[in-house]
Amino acid sequence: MKRSRFPLLISVGVMLFFYLPIFLLVVGSFNDSRYGGPWRGFTLKWYERLLTERDIWAATENTLIIALVSTVVATCLGTIAAWVLHRYHGALQRTHYLFMYMPLVVPDILMGISLLLLFVNFSAKLGLTTITLAHITFCTSYVTLVVLGRLQDFDNNVVDAALDLGARWPRIIWNVILPMLGPGIASGALLAFTLSVDDFIITFFVCGPGSTTLPLYVYSSMKHGSPTIINALCTIFMAVTAIIVITGQFLMNRRQPVQQLRS
Amino acid sequence: MKKHNKPYVEWLLTLPSLGWLTLFFIIPTIIVFAIAFKPAGVNGGIGEGWTLESIRNLAQPSYPEIIFRTIWISVVATAVCLFLSTPVAYWLALQPPQRRQWLMLLIILPFWTNFLIRIFAWKTLLHSEGWLKYALVSLGLVSPDAILLYNSGAILVVLIYTYLPFAILPIYAAAEKFDFSLIDAAHDLGASRIHAFFSIFVPGIRTGLFTALMVVLIPALGSYAIPDIVGGASSEMIGNKIAQRTFVDRNLPHASALSACLALAVLIPMMISLIGRDRRFTKKTGGKKA
Repeated sequence: MKRSRFPLLISVGVMLFFYLPIFLLVVGSFNDSRYGGPWRGFTLKWYERLLTERDIWAATENTLIIALVSTVVATCLGTIAAWVLHRYHGALQRTHYLFMYMPLVVPDILMGISLLLLFVNFSAKLGLTTITLAHITFCTSYVTLVVLGRLQDFDNNVVDAALDLGARWPRIIWNVILPMLGPGIASGALLAFTLSVDDFIITFFVCGPGSTTLPLYVYSSMKHGSPTIINALCTIFMAVTAIIVITGQFLMNRRQPVQQLRS
Repeated sequence: MKKHNKPYVEWLLTLPSLGWLTLFFIIPTIIVFAIAFKPAGVNGGIGEGWTLESIRNLAQPSYPEIIFRTIWISVVATAVCLFLSTPVAYWLALQPPQRRQWLMLLIILPFWTNFLIRIFAWKTLLHSEGWLKYALVSLGLVSPDAILLYNSGAILVVLIYTYLPFAILPIYAAAEKFDFSLIDAAHDLGASRIHAFFSIFVPGIRTGLFTALMVVLIPALGSYAIPDIVGGASSEMIGNKIAQRTFVDRNLPHASALSACLALAVLIPMMISLIGRDRRFTKKTGGKKA
């Protein structure tokens, strides 16, 4: 039967809509014209100028410290949380799930202002610590849901078999659960890392002097700096994210052999 | 199935994440509502005692306009996202599985680029010397001195651009499970294409449409960065006012009152979504116990 061409047309249009702005941004970063627009010849000078901006390096360092610490803590909290949510089903877990799910649906700005008020209320000094605490909070929810999703097709009998064979919990966790959940935990951690590196709004609310992260730097240069330097910065940023995403895809695809092994 | 028989094990394992979320999510949310009833202190702090001043302040003549604008921009953005995602999901679901995976990656990829970068890409496009302006002027669609940036239209386009992938994903997930032979059956029984699409396909993917509605509407209502970067003084949204009260006026009680308002505004769609999720959760656990 012949199907309508309308869905195809919309899909092509949507793809163009998605990629044209990004493509033009990348092209603009190699354009020898100060405000983008018409092509004035190929140049790398915006990238060279970017290298001399000392603030970028400080911002990158802050971003990586925050992202690493929040990823490690959120992955631990989230993996344990997902395991309990999977294993137990009482009223406690329903509350637990509700608390876990809510940060995902609340708009970022509300989370930002509520954390700012918490820190102000307890006279905490705003800076890297407050940003990290905020990032751990939302990253934990994401890690939990990713790992919980993987646990859906986790075979509990394997754990019971190990128990029956006399294995103790530490050994079961290390030799059975972690290897089986490994790809799930890894993709949760990767998601947490990218979300932490990318976060702007929540960070914007809880940052203090000297704790500029890359998104905060990008934001302030958007407001005040030369657009072409930002084009160059954005292009590098996108290239790095693309590498992380492709690694993530690779890790997710690797879970298939594990499943095959099991069945 | 063998389980930990000691009840404290469950508590012990739940405590880290539950405690963390209570401290950094539940308590801060309560604080927002509490501070809305506090007077502003000196140096941008919070004063002693209780007052209704911030709540009364919400009646300021500029607020209803801002609240109304926030709602209409978010609703229109959501409607356009749903309208565009449904045919895309339909088309995707009909592709051979191998190609589908590849196409999904293409759709997810822009969602992974930094949020600010996506906004900035549009800012340069719409800029008076940008490509889009250039193209539209050459086509004779706009006059050379038209301003495309700093208005509600620009906010709307960027909102759609930002949240469209989020809308496609759940609708596609639902469409993938949809049985397309139902549409063929409808055709055989004499239904027109459009009729079959709306009366068979759309109801068939309603859970996906419902999730898509939530993931676009809620963040759109709370958007701050988009109106801040591509919007202007005449197209402020609630998010901008919250940030302005926090950082410019340093009046935290006013910012709290506004945030409480926004929280209540998103609470309605959120509660519906939570009840939906919760029901699924209990159904799942019920199934496990049986």
